[in-house]
Amino acid sequence: MGAMILRRLAVAVFSLIGVVVITFALTRVLPGDTAAYFAGPAASREAIEQLRHSLGLDKPAAEQFADYVAALARGDLGNSLTTGQPVLSDLLSRLPASAELTLLGLLVSLAIAIPFGILAAVKPGSFVDHACRLVTTAGVSLPVFFTGLLLVYVFYFILGWAPAPLGRLDVFLSAPPTVTGFFLIDSALAGDWETFRGALSQLVLPVLTLAIFALAPIARMTRAAMLAVLTSDFVRTARASGLTPWSVLITYAFRNALLPVVTTLGMVFSFLLGANVLVEKVFAWPGIGSYAIEALIASDFAPVQGFVLAMAVMYVLLNLLIDVLQGLIDPRARTAT
Amino acid sequence: MSERPPRADPAVPPQLTPAGGPAADLAVEPGEAPPLDTAPTPPGTAPNLLDSLPPGPIPPAAAFSAAQAEPCLAVRDLAVSFRTRGGTVKALEQVGFTVGRGEIVALVGESGSGKSVTAYALMGILDAAGEVTAGTAQFGGTDLLHAPERTLRGIRGRDISMIFQNPRTALNPIRPVGKQIADVLIRHGGAGRREAPAAAIEMLRRVRITDPERRARAYPYEMSGGMCQRVMIAIALACRPKLLIADEPTTGIDVTTQAVIMDLLTGLARESGVSALVITHDLALASEYCDRVVVMHAGHVVEDAPVRDLFAHPRHPYTARLLAATPTGHASLADLASIPGSLPDLRRPDLPACRYIGRCDRALDSCQVSLQRREIAPSHLVACNNPL
Repeated sequence: MGAMILRRLAVAVFSLIGVVVITFALTRVLPGDTAAYFAGPAASREAIEQLRHSLGLDKPAAEQFADYVAALARGDLGNSLTTGQPVLSDLLSRLPASAELTLLGLLVSLAIAIPFGILAAVKPGSFVDHACRLVTTAGVSLPVFFTGLLLVYVFYFILGWAPAPLGRLDVFLSAPPTVTGFFLIDSALAGDWETFRGALSQLVLPVLTLAIFALAPIARMTRAAMLAVLTSDFVRTARASGLTPWSVLITYAFRNALLPVVTTLGMVFSFLLGANVLVEKVFAWPGIGSYAIEALIASDFAPVQGFVLAMAVMYVLLNLLIDVLQGLIDPRARTAT
Repeated sequence: MSERPPRADPAVPPQLTPAGGPAADLAVEPGEAPPLDTAPTPPGTAPNLLDSLPPGPIPPAAAFSAAQAEPCLAVRDLAVSFRTRGGTVKALEQVGFTVGRGEIVALVGESGSGKSVTAYALMGILDAAGEVTAGTAQFGGTDLLHAPERTLRGIRGRDISMIFQNPRTALNPIRPVGKQIADVLIRHGGAGRREAPAAAIEMLRRVRITDPERRARAYPYEMSGGMCQRVMIAIALACRPKLLIADEPTTGIDVTTQAVIMDLLTGLARESGVSALVITHDLALASEYCDRVVVMHAGHVVEDAPVRDLFAHPRHPYTARLLAATPTGHASLADLASIPGSLPDLRRPDLPACRYIGRCDRALDSCQVSLQRREIAPSHLVACNNPL
């Protein structure tokens, strides 16, 4: 198991090198002249050239790349031209907002999708099965920005149950003292239940938006995997041994069905990282997704590179986590390369 | 994510191809004298097989009288049908046989004859599309076919246990084998949670697995097929059942290991007085390890006799053909016979009373409408209007 993790980390290093090269190249070929953009429309040609020089943009690409890698090695992701802050501190301060949203979305979708998928597989053709099919079809066919807007329209505009989709906390509440950066956890630690409720009510709609998006593939995969496992020989053996239905369903069937489900989970989480960008925009969520979009529009390279790099690192770590989970569930995966 | 989940189609056992008809009139006339020449004409190949029987007196005679006194399992008039898109498959009809205490009975027949369906019906683990439509199966005061599911769950694995073919897939791939044995022990009160691991190791030792302490922690993929089947036997015998059903226990196992597995299986059964129903298509195996043979064809029991009688004097034309089609050590390939025709379409609404009629060269007109079941010799049952 330990050897497998080390091997995976070694492979991950190469993926990360690739990501560094590609993000650098990609941001250089994007249309838009950063120097001209920041010098402003009234700037003279000399001013723009001066700015270009001070930003190091007039150097050859190879030299710029070397500078970039050298800075990366020092943990320096560069400065954002729009916020004027180091990209690293910008990302770190915004990451908890995104993480809280994404993780909650994933948890909620798991809590709904897995029991749903199991029930649908246990009674194929039943009401639950049809409901499962309906929800999963809806989940895959609705884009997140649409689901998000629809939820805002219904629950905020028409019904007035949800607060305005304007960030993590109502303007009248102050953020809890930072411990983890997760408002729910920090406010609970501080014992500030008013803030907790406020943060929770802001979270409901965006979390639901992400959950609806994520639960479709999870429920589908759970149902399919359970159907396959329930007709397998070893479940028949378990039944023929008189084991209780619960034991057959959970210890024998579900644990085996978990393998494809966990694989799907990794995929779903990576989709969520992407979907997050749109959801943050719809709900004015101050996360890294909306940060990256604003930077992209402003041709501000450093934050975009930092964002893509951060995503890549998260993705690599996520895949490692999935592999470790697989190994914990399936002894055969521990030795496989 | 684009692949569709597998459809939950009523999975019909593959050997069952199609459709049904009115219940054939199976007149049961036990003990009636055969209408034709009683002197059996010994078919050419049967004596060869008989040679393979172990020499000396065979225990069956004693076992058989015990069987009549108080059978371990008595199946009567069992009928099972499967609903399919193409119609109702009458998979079993009027299936009846008994398994005496300590007796080892072979259930033989070709693929699709209903051997496994019989076992699944008795265990109550038929596929959702299958339904028991008639019959009783008395087992120690319980009718297995009509008992509530809760009662059956208490019986399965404790009083009746089952071994399957292809042992490598029959075990949970991600659970150590010792735990799988312990699961059954704990479920049926054979051992407490704390003693179960040790009891599981003891069971592995009983099925002669070397280094059982280490093997208990192994996963099925780390073991050979024969080893996995030993584990299956350990699971099956863990709670000291009264009846063991083995569904083609040597299928999917290396030929060299098959005899070892059968020796172990029948040895342990005889040693602890467990009755056994061995499902097989291998007549040589049945003759070597079993006391009595029940021959099935297209969902009917066609003949039921002690091993020696059956191999010396098969009375049903199908059994005789089956014996002729069994390879023996000193027969060349050219001598080997095959049985013409194939199983009838069991979805047909106009199934003849005798389902062998289409392949039989001794068929009478009466075989279309009625079928006589009789005891043609002591404890030798045959379902044929024109037996050999």
